[in-house]
Amino acid sequence: MSLVLTFTVGAVCCIIAQLLIDLTALTPAKILVGYVCAGVALFALGIYEPLFEVAGCGISVPLFGFGAAMARGVREAVAESGAIGILTGGLSATAGGITAALFLGFFLSLFFRGREKRM
Amino acid sequence: MKQLTKNEKLEIIKRHTPKSKTLRNCILAGLIGGTICLVAELSRRLYLYLGVNKDDSTLLASLTIILLSGLATALGFFDRIGRHAGAGTLVPISGFSNSVVSGAIDSQSEGYISGVGIKIFSVAGPVILYATVSGVIYGLIIYIIGGISAVI
Amino acid sequence: MKRLIKLTTPATIRSYSAVGGYEEGRGPLGKSFDHIDEGCLFGKDTWEKAEAEMSRTSLNLALAKASLSHTELDLIVAGDLQNQCVASAIGLSSFGTGYLGIYGACSSCAEGLVIASSLLSQEGGRAAVVTSSHNSAAERQFRMPVEYGGQRTPSAGWTSTAAASFILEAEGSLGEVCISNCLIGRMIDGATTDGSNLGGAMAFAALDSILTYFELSGESASEFDYIVTGDLGKVGSLVLGELLSDALPAAAPRHVDCGNILYGGQCDVHGGASGCGTSAAVLATHFLPKLHSGELSNILFFSTGALMSPSSLLQGESIIGIAHGVKISRTDFLSRERSSGV
Repeated sequence: MSLVLTFTVGAVCCIIAQLLIDLTALTPAKILVGYVCAGVALFALGIYEPLFEVAGCGISVPLFGFGAAMARGVREAVAESGAIGILTGGLSATAGGITAALFLGFFLSLFFRGREKRM
Repeated sequence: MKQLTKNEKLEIIKRHTPKSKTLRNCILAGLIGGTICLVAELSRRLYLYLGVNKDDSTLLASLTIILLSGLATALGFFDRIGRHAGAGTLVPISGFSNSVVSGAIDSQSEGYISGVGIKIFSVAGPVILYATVSGVIYGLIIYIIGGISAVI
Repeated sequence: MKRLIKLTTPATIRSYSAVGGYEEGRGPLGKSFDHIDEGCLFGKDTWEKAEAEMSRTSLNLALAKASLSHTELDLIVAGDLQNQCVASAIGLSSFGTGYLGIYGACSSCAEGLVIASSLLSQEGGRAAVVTSSHNSAAERQFRMPVEYGGQRTPSAGWTSTAAASFILEAEGSLGEVCISNCLIGRMIDGATTDGSNLGGAMAFAALDSILTYFELSGESASEFDYIVTGDLGKVGSLVLGELLSDALPAAAPRHVDCGNILYGGQCDVHGGASGCGTSAAVLATHFLPKLHSGELSNILFFSTGALMSPSSLLQGESIIGIAHGVKISRTDFLSRERSSGV
């Protein structure tokens, strides 16, 4: 794995989204939702894991990684505990990121306020 | 006065609406997005070096970006970078963190329940929802396929 | 009643004031504002309360300039962009006078001037017109949290943080500057559902109101120094310019837009300034001072509004544009015009 590949794959993930923003009527919110769903699909199709082996955070830090973590959690939980894993696997595997962001948001809201926008 | 049809109006508006500077936007998005991934990867290698296992170090790398972006949001300069970076800060986990933290620090004025509690999910909510929904659908598919192949 | 109201008694603009935030202060009109608060909070702890305080401050400043007390006001007509028009209500409730809260989106300033001057012409007395907008309050309500790091499309506007007040009178001798004609705008389909391209959507309403004014008044565009629109920005001004040069070529070169004036070149977006406070603040800091000094003598002032909500856009409804107008002239110009029988 090389850092050059990490940078390149990460950059390509962002450029695709930028093209979608600039050239289509898709809103950023729709693109983010599209990216996490695509992450699940990339994992399901067996594309994500080989990409992660070469690019590391280049593919896991873009929102594909969030969807892929969800899919991996589901697959492992289904393998381990059967049907109940469909319900428990996904959010367990992504709990770290979600909990960290939510707690951070709450914690920072105790000390900071939004400031007025400037041009 | 000549009455314009809806399509004629849309055509006139479109003709005068400036295009996004797509090339410039893409270069900035690629450079900044790539750099964020690079920072995450370097931190992941540091955690690996410190003896953290592979899965946890990947999570910790994402958490590093979440923390840095959250702080940048609270200190008021994430939006200044994001305005130029576009998808470069939106698509990496930094955008997720920014949406959570910006929703939270913007809404204490309506209280911690109806303000912060609701607005913290205003942008992140759809992402979490549809990731969960896709995960369940994927789970159903592998469970059913697993069942069929066991029978066969 | 016709859509063009020729006032039997013109309404004098006795005094006016404008307050603004950081961006307005560093813009080309910054020095003409009566009060600038760079933190945009006006001593309050939330953006919404700050907007209410801006309305209150600007009305107090306008009253002070005319050496009037609030008990000498018969009516306040006010509008803003907050849900349920609440910034005006909260900011102005302490004045203890008749109150008409109006919602015309960014057309509220001219809508208020139309209502107040028509009522004064019939009933006499003294009225205040107050409109306000606050960038952060509008971002929170219509768009995203203020610290959200999104990229804005080139056509997007910038809601101004500004409030302006105008004191109108019908009694006694006419002052220097007065409103003599009012045009009530029609709602015109702006075709687009793109909430970041309001200027383009409003341009059709501006065109309709400008053409209707000249058709019903019998006046000619060449009598006016400027034909002013509210907040079309660059995109809307280009659309209007194209349509106007076909329909009424004499009017096209006289058109200027408040959305392009308020921030001059500092605005990195083509939408320019928008919001209820924009046309009001530019009228109070740019056009009225020039009318008073005699640099200008006769303008046609339209505020343009985009009637929509975040829900209506998500449900696929197109933006409805509207433009109300008033003719604002120096009294000496008006009496010359009337004696010459035009």
